[in-house]
Amino acid sequence: MNKRNHTKKLKKRIVKTAFQAGEGHIPSAFSILDILWVLYDKILKITPGKYGHPERNRFILSKGHASLGLYAVLGEKGFFSSQELEKFAQYGSFLGGHPDRNKVPGIEASTGSLGHGLPISVGIALGLKIKKIKRAKVYTIIGDGECNEGTIWESLLLASHHQLNNLHCIVDFNHSTDRALGLKNLKRKFLSFGWDTRVIDGHNHKQIFSALKRESKKPIAVIANTIKGAGSRLMENNPAWHHRSPTKEELKQILKELDQHEKTIYKNN
Amino acid sequence: MRKQFIKTIENILGQDEGLVLLLGDIGVWGFSNAFEKYPDRVYNVGILEQSMVSMASGLAMTDHIPVLHTIAPFLAERATEQLKNDFCYQKLGGNFVTVGASYDYASLGCTHHCPADVGILKQMPGMEIVLPGTPVEFDKLFRQTYSNGHPTYFRLSERSNKVSHNARFGKASIIKKGKLATAIAVGSMLDPVLTAAGDLDMTILYYSTLEPFDHKTLKKNTQSKRVVLCEPYYSGALTADVMKTFLGRAVELYHIGMPKKFITEYGKAEKHDELLNLSPAKLRKRIKNICQKKS
Repeated sequence: MNKRNHTKKLKKRIVKTAFQAGEGHIPSAFSILDILWVLYDKILKITPGKYGHPERNRFILSKGHASLGLYAVLGEKGFFSSQELEKFAQYGSFLGGHPDRNKVPGIEASTGSLGHGLPISVGIALGLKIKKIKRAKVYTIIGDGECNEGTIWESLLLASHHQLNNLHCIVDFNHSTDRALGLKNLKRKFLSFGWDTRVIDGHNHKQIFSALKRESKKPIAVIANTIKGAGSRLMENNPAWHHRSPTKEELKQILKELDQHEKTIYKNN
Repeated sequence: MRKQFIKTIENILGQDEGLVLLLGDIGVWGFSNAFEKYPDRVYNVGILEQSMVSMASGLAMTDHIPVLHTIAPFLAERATEQLKNDFCYQKLGGNFVTVGASYDYASLGCTHHCPADVGILKQMPGMEIVLPGTPVEFDKLFRQTYSNGHPTYFRLSERSNKVSHNARFGKASIIKKGKLATAIAVGSMLDPVLTAAGDLDMTILYYSTLEPFDHKTLKKNTQSKRVVLCEPYYSGALTADVMKTFLGRAVELYHIGMPKKFITEYGKAEKHDELLNLSPAKLRKRIKNICQKKS
């Protein structure tokens, strides 16, 4: 199966899961799915067997509400059976609306409240430096809405002050916050905070891969331009869909759109 | 007590490679030795308490034992959600050592007072709370708990009791026994309560661990069925624990502690005591009245 079909398959699984559960942040999950896939398929090299090794790479989903995307990828990579997704957000399931590190295999940090995952990642990156573990890197995804939180900017200062070049912060720049507190030129802001910063198309696997493979003397920021709900015209950039599950008819439409629309989004790949 | 904190930490830094000290730009001068000796494990993180707490949980995830230090309100109140989510909920170990207590910084005003911390932290499942009454007690209690894998809050105060008691984490001490009432003296309240009680025929129990609460010692030593809860912060943070001890049985419960209000006066802490009816003379009167009540 080629990479395109992989993400398409996972997106279909995500929509079906949200439909079944009557719960989930689908557009946020779609927005970061390509990044997640490249991370787990090519970059992190974390396998269920290696999970827990002190020298492993770490991934922290700071924007925890996009958990469905991460669960879909972890299931596909064998951290748990993808069938578990059928119980998503139900009583007794270990897969909640936001990820819990004490429940879900492969989850490094329990997130949900915004502005926590990045400072936690700073602590992990510093902890690895103290232990002189050079091979392991820390990757985190934050949202542009999350950038409203003061702790994000505190963390940017901390990482750059402590020269945490083992830390990669990926911004899922899907313009969620345009309706509240616009970020304007985000690249300039990251640069001025002392981060090695690159802007990419967050749905282009080649660009994602090369941005995440970069080495630097500074902490590394990747501003990924993404589309909230990417792949479904019904949901794309429509705030009404932020936290909503589809009806039966909508589910059908979205599945159909995913088949057709993937071609448009990925035309540049 | 701060001096002892520095001594204890310096000593453990030398023994335990897992210990990492994070300062919120407070008490930096005192740790100059530690900075020099352990540059990769002692940090003046800066004035960003929320991120400091989350960052500490990341350090705990890489098998370190973080010790955080700043003034009480900036940790317990400003970073409340970080303590809840990143330590208690995630079940990570860490140590939060604060100074200032309720109004040690009497002249600095309400922003630097923290009479609410115990009440707030009592609402966090898994958070241990310790109020050492003397420097020696801090040293003992810290060594017993710092690496136990739980988040622990140490509330240090400039107020110290004269004598140290056998400080065992999670255990209350019986200071004296009597018939008229049982006083629970928390942390630095012990000396004022002892003075106030004088020769009154009452039991005095001393609590330096507030969470987990020692129900057993209280239950065994309250024949009078009359409890006087003496707390050096907003009165009542331990009410639920006391009531749970006597579940289904009637006891008289009296509260002595800070009333829930802002102290907008400045000056010395002793003046604040007077304002709040906590001066030695007032305490004596209140406790005597309680003991002499007919049940």
